[in-house]
Amino acid sequence: MPAVQETIDKVKAIDVDQYKYGFVTDIESDRGAKGLSEETVRFLSAKKNEPEWMTEWRLDALRRFQQMEEPTWARVSYPKIDLDDLYYWASPKSVEGPKSLDEVDPELLATYEKLGIPLQEQEILAGVEPKNRVAVDAVFDSVSVVTTFKEELKKAGVIFCSISEALREYPDLVKKYLGSVVPVTDNYYATLNSAVFSDGSFVYIPEGVRCPMELSTYFRINEQNTGQFERTLIIAEKGAYVSYLEGCTAPQRDENQLHAAVVELVALDDAEIKYSTVQNWFPGDKDGKGGIYNFVTKRGDCRGKNSKISWTQVETGSAITWKYPSCILRGENSRGEFYSIAVSNGYQQVDSGTKMIHLGKNSSSRIISKGISAGKSQNTYRGLVSAHRKASHARNFTQCDSLLIGQDCGAHTVPYIESKNASAQFEHEATTSKISDDQMFYCLQRGLSEEEAVALIVNGFVKDVIQQLPMEFAVEAQKLISISLEGSVG
Amino acid sequence: MLEIKNLHARIAEDETEILRGIDLTINAGEVHAIMGPNGSGKSTLSYILAGKDDYEVTEGEILFNGENLLEMEPDERAAAGLFLAFQYPIEIPGVATMEFLKTAMNAQRKARGEDTLSIPDFMKRVKEAAGHLNVSMDMLKRPLNVGFSGGEKKRAEILQMSLLEPKLCVLDETDSGLDIDALKIVSEGVNKLRGPDRAMVVITHYQRLLDHIVPDVVHVLSKGRIVKTGDKDLALELEKNGYADYIDTAA
Repeated sequence: MPAVQETIDKVKAIDVDQYKYGFVTDIESDRGAKGLSEETVRFLSAKKNEPEWMTEWRLDALRRFQQMEEPTWARVSYPKIDLDDLYYWASPKSVEGPKSLDEVDPELLATYEKLGIPLQEQEILAGVEPKNRVAVDAVFDSVSVVTTFKEELKKAGVIFCSISEALREYPDLVKKYLGSVVPVTDNYYATLNSAVFSDGSFVYIPEGVRCPMELSTYFRINEQNTGQFERTLIIAEKGAYVSYLEGCTAPQRDENQLHAAVVELVALDDAEIKYSTVQNWFPGDKDGKGGIYNFVTKRGDCRGKNSKISWTQVETGSAITWKYPSCILRGENSRGEFYSIAVSNGYQQVDSGTKMIHLGKNSSSRIISKGISAGKSQNTYRGLVSAHRKASHARNFTQCDSLLIGQDCGAHTVPYIESKNASAQFEHEATTSKISDDQMFYCLQRGLSEEEAVALIVNGFVKDVIQQLPMEFAVEAQKLISISLEGSVG
Repeated sequence: MLEIKNLHARIAEDETEILRGIDLTINAGEVHAIMGPNGSGKSTLSYILAGKDDYEVTEGEILFNGENLLEMEPDERAAAGLFLAFQYPIEIPGVATMEFLKTAMNAQRKARGEDTLSIPDFMKRVKEAAGHLNVSMDMLKRPLNVGFSGGEKKRAEILQMSLLEPKLCVLDETDSGLDIDALKIVSEGVNKLRGPDRAMVVITHYQRLLDHIVPDVVHVLSKGRIVKTGDKDLALELEKNGYADYIDTAA
């Protein structure tokens, strides 16, 4: 029996129930009324003590949303989501707003500890070199429960807090930038998010400041029948630099849960934002039951000259992923990057990619996408590269590689290229490959087990992207990929 | 060390019979050369020893240090000390040669219940072995066999062989694609590994490799059978007269 055949058989017996983060935290929770309505939005806004303009902003979004149709162009299929059967607000009862660590419910701290997320400032301060410290904003269901290292960041002039807090403390900044990259009516899910977003992170790096540590937000959906709609806004002023990481997990539940986030990045002259995501929402069980529906709008605006935005994503979770982190390359010499690894197994469906919109002169972009499909999953890369009239000498390089494991999965590549400027240079390379019997046999002959062989070959395949991740997370990401493919091999 | 008894085998896919009754005994410390024309079954024999599943054994058995080799998985055979130097080494994109060496060495150690190698210990071993084979640090950083020249590929195979310290080395046409200088380096590398506890099977078309790796026993394989066995002079005779005499014998 050829090695690949054996792999396929193992895939058939796949058990995605190996999801490590499927536990539920037993914590008393406060929920709003079910269903999407003006009342829900007002309730939510009131809960968060938002200024009047914000409530109006949300209501406007809701009214627009009610006129919109769900998009159907993505290569994913799922039963209709009943938005009236969802809760839009769930918060641990003990939490009124972000607090200092001593006041956080120990049950919550224990949850994050179990997830391997360090929230203890002291421990980190004591043992580890300053370089490796990471400030974390922990979002639990609808609210941010704690943000670490706030004081220290403040000394550097960096604002890192939940978006709810930012709305109260820095309303002018929020008002100026919120919705300026992803307009309220951008798309169905973004509009929904605008109406009902609950919490998320806010980052502001002042002019000339290099953020002294990695920033990170860790999202956790705990409650049942609850949508998570977070909103993240990052602003890098002239010459500023920040590296930001986002991680996500959810309990294992039979029903599907909706996650519709919006992330907006703004980079002014000479600023650089590096945004990394390790997405590990619950992918559903071996029969394709349950799992998170992940509909996310992420966009960065390279607004200033020589600005740079780099997206790196490792996508292993979710039943459905619909996500296109994009860059608007408005500034002269601005640069956008997209590095992606999307792993799908079981019955997962991934439709992900990027958009690089070249508006400025000499703007450049680079796209490296690695899709790995196993089991009965479908993995689609969808990308747009466009150069507008004034984008003279715009350059793009795209490389799209797909790796198939087994015979019941699919890989699809849908690139769109539009150029309205004759001096623009776009390159596109794409490959699709399978792990060959010969490669497997060669590795086995050297003593590797089937599982080790697949892990080695896959790690080789994704290496270009892993190298882009912050060091601390590269190893984690590699492990995560191996775990996600467990059961797809011997 | 290796006992092959009445081995019959065919291609799994189309049931073409390739090996038609091979008997071969190889003791520790011996180097056996297997020569023969194209299509005689030389490479098939090496693949069956290593456990490639494109072939089916229909009759006979193979004992490796007393164990039934045919019941072992390819990785178990490797851990038990069987190494195949491939005629066409396979490319593993994105995986640095160094990383591959470490993974393979540790996988075998794990299978044998030994500890993982420490990084300094591993580096020391690699540097020493690479030095003998003229393998540069730069080459060790490149992905395994990707863009390697013919000579580099064969040197990388012998490098793996020397680091994995197998009991039985099977070299499948290691001389193919090598110029004289590369042939020398590779042969010296192989000769260094000769020892009283190790056996080798050297598969080749041409006598020239056997000038460098001098065998104890030479076998002529034709149409799936060993039709003649002799000492190293048999190889010289073949070089002079060709395989014609033996092919007729087999028919």
